[in-house]
Amino acid sequence: MATYDFLFDALGLRAWCDSGKSADGPVSMADLLAKTGKTTETTIWDLPFPSLDSLNDACGAIAQSRDLTKGVGDGFLAIKGVLRFVLDPLTQPLSWILDGTLSAFEAAPWWIMFPVLMVVVFVASKSLRLVGFVTACLALLAFIDHYDHAMQTLAIIFVCAFLCVLLGVPIGIAMSRNDRLQRVTIPILDMLQTLPPFVYLIPLIFLFSVTEPKLYGIAIILYAIVPVVRLTDLGIRLVDKDVIEAADSFGMTDSQKLFGVQIPLALPNIMAGVNQTIMMSLAMVVIASLVSAPGLGVLVLRGIRNLELGVGLVSGLGIVLLAIILDRVTKAALDRVNAAQKQ
Amino acid sequence: MSKKIKISISKLYKIFGQDPKAALEHVLAGTGKSELLAKHEHVLGLQDINVDMQEGEITVIMGLSGSGKSTLIRHLNRLIEPTSGKVEVDGRDVLGYNEEELRNLRRETMSMVFQKFALLPHRTVAENAGTTLKVRGVPRATYLAEAAKWLERVGLKGFGNHYPHQLSGGMQQRVGIARALTSNAPIMLMDEAFSALDPLIRTDMQDLLLELQAELHKTIVFITHDLDEALKLADHLVILKDGYVVQQGEPQDILLNPNDPYIEDFVSDINRARVLRVRSIMTPLQDGQVPADAHGEVDFDDTLESMIAKSGGDTSHSYVVTRDGQAVGTLEMTHLVKALVPRAASEAGARKY
Repeated sequence: MATYDFLFDALGLRAWCDSGKSADGPVSMADLLAKTGKTTETTIWDLPFPSLDSLNDACGAIAQSRDLTKGVGDGFLAIKGVLRFVLDPLTQPLSWILDGTLSAFEAAPWWIMFPVLMVVVFVASKSLRLVGFVTACLALLAFIDHYDHAMQTLAIIFVCAFLCVLLGVPIGIAMSRNDRLQRVTIPILDMLQTLPPFVYLIPLIFLFSVTEPKLYGIAIILYAIVPVVRLTDLGIRLVDKDVIEAADSFGMTDSQKLFGVQIPLALPNIMAGVNQTIMMSLAMVVIASLVSAPGLGVLVLRGIRNLELGVGLVSGLGIVLLAIILDRVTKAALDRVNAAQKQ
Repeated sequence: MSKKIKISISKLYKIFGQDPKAALEHVLAGTGKSELLAKHEHVLGLQDINVDMQEGEITVIMGLSGSGKSTLIRHLNRLIEPTSGKVEVDGRDVLGYNEEELRNLRRETMSMVFQKFALLPHRTVAENAGTTLKVRGVPRATYLAEAAKWLERVGLKGFGNHYPHQLSGGMQQRVGIARALTSNAPIMLMDEAFSALDPLIRTDMQDLLLELQAELHKTIVFITHDLDEALKLADHLVILKDGYVVQQGEPQDILLNPNDPYIEDFVSDINRARVLRVRSIMTPLQDGQVPADAHGEVDFDDTLESMIAKSGGDTSHSYVVTRDGQAVGTLEMTHLVKALVPRAASEAGARKY
């Protein structure tokens, strides 16, 4: 006797309910308890929310909530073939780029990588102090034999952050020019940003082979692309209306306005987005080690799995060092842009 | 006047709101601004504007904030589209222009100077000044040379490689003017160009503008809320209030014969001695006879202020007025003193402020 029997009786749906009841359906704990014959008096305090499960008790024709999760899973598996057929070739280049960059970073000896990175830092920041700081951090990582792992992490971040910017900036520009697109995109971005990072991995594991780099590449890009899209959109929308009006009054075409006025003036915001994107890819690359992403995350994971406290802590601090390096360099580049256009 | 009309605005209406066309019907049927807002939730921006702007003159459009003056100037290059009416430049209706023609109009016929300067912060002063040529696809070396020429002309020689934020407000607006001049457009639109500057710099800039105008003879449309500035610059003065033209004409004429209490209020605070000129209050010569008892000669365009200085305040003096060396009239100092008192120094107005 279930709580909501009266409802279906009153509605005259009893016959329909019973027709749907399958005798050999999974037996729940409550059913087993009921079979012991000990029925307790139910009071208003025990009234369950009319959820799928409690309605199912009264009427077998109503689905149980586990059917819902099962349905979602089955649905995904049903379209998996098609999705894979479309997405696999589309994302294949990502695998190649990640593989290529990883092997390049691994193959280059440290005495080539160091100067190259120093030059990159200098070009971005124009600050010798920062070059010295970055070199010291890298040297420290190399000294404690974490160099290879750090380079793998760095390689993945370079590729993913670059692709985020490559895709995110045009999306942001499109959003800033079209209110409807912005209205559609913002909830998607909100979802991408708030979905727990692990959840990205679940459908991807079903879609692609775990050995493929694009699996974690896609996860990182989806997670890290949000800030650059948002801030590009915001930055372009915030460009001084007076300057835009001036640009119009001089007869600028749309593309002259976009490349000559809007993007340069939005650059501080776009750069802030790039900084956030890089930091978020670093966060994700650690989690992505669960699906075979190489780098410092693997060591963290080893620390957790084997309870190797020291390994976990040291590699964790190595990630902090990388984060500081990436943050300082992008912030220095951002400051340079800001200094050039303060009003 | 022999001059030709460069810009002609006729029957121009602008209504802001959901359905301006429908609201226009109400306005044409006689609904006023406040009634339109209350009953139909539309804002009447401009109402039946008819202004002819002569080639080579400075037309000043003056009004308080909310009078629609900035809206009006933006109709000339269609930064704002009118609800109905006609804007003709060189006899061609600008409102019929397609995108290409409009772009060419903005690039080659009109240039604009803005209240907030609107310079590009990431470009140097020289690049900013050259922007108007750059958008036309002029090669970099050419537009930089042209920009340098105009920067020098507005007194910014040697600042070409600075960035706008390194300059003061007055200097930034000089860049704005140089930018407009570099385009070499015959029409210059100046939207409260000097309003953001402090009073001394503003006077400098007004002098600079008059000096440039004496040389270049552009058709200038100048927006301001400052009557002193308007009277100083204007060849033709248009006074706007709540989106309609209250009075327009020669500034001296408006000052001496205000046709509306609103304008009387306005002009009662003005230093008339500095603004009024001898030509506006002199008595024209009747028979070519120069009176013998004159105390001296004064120029047609002298201000009354200089006359007072000249006479030493003696009201019994009278002078012969000359233009290009020819005697054209006489001026009694008693006339002059009378002209200094507003015809109706509105009592109500005086109490209000």
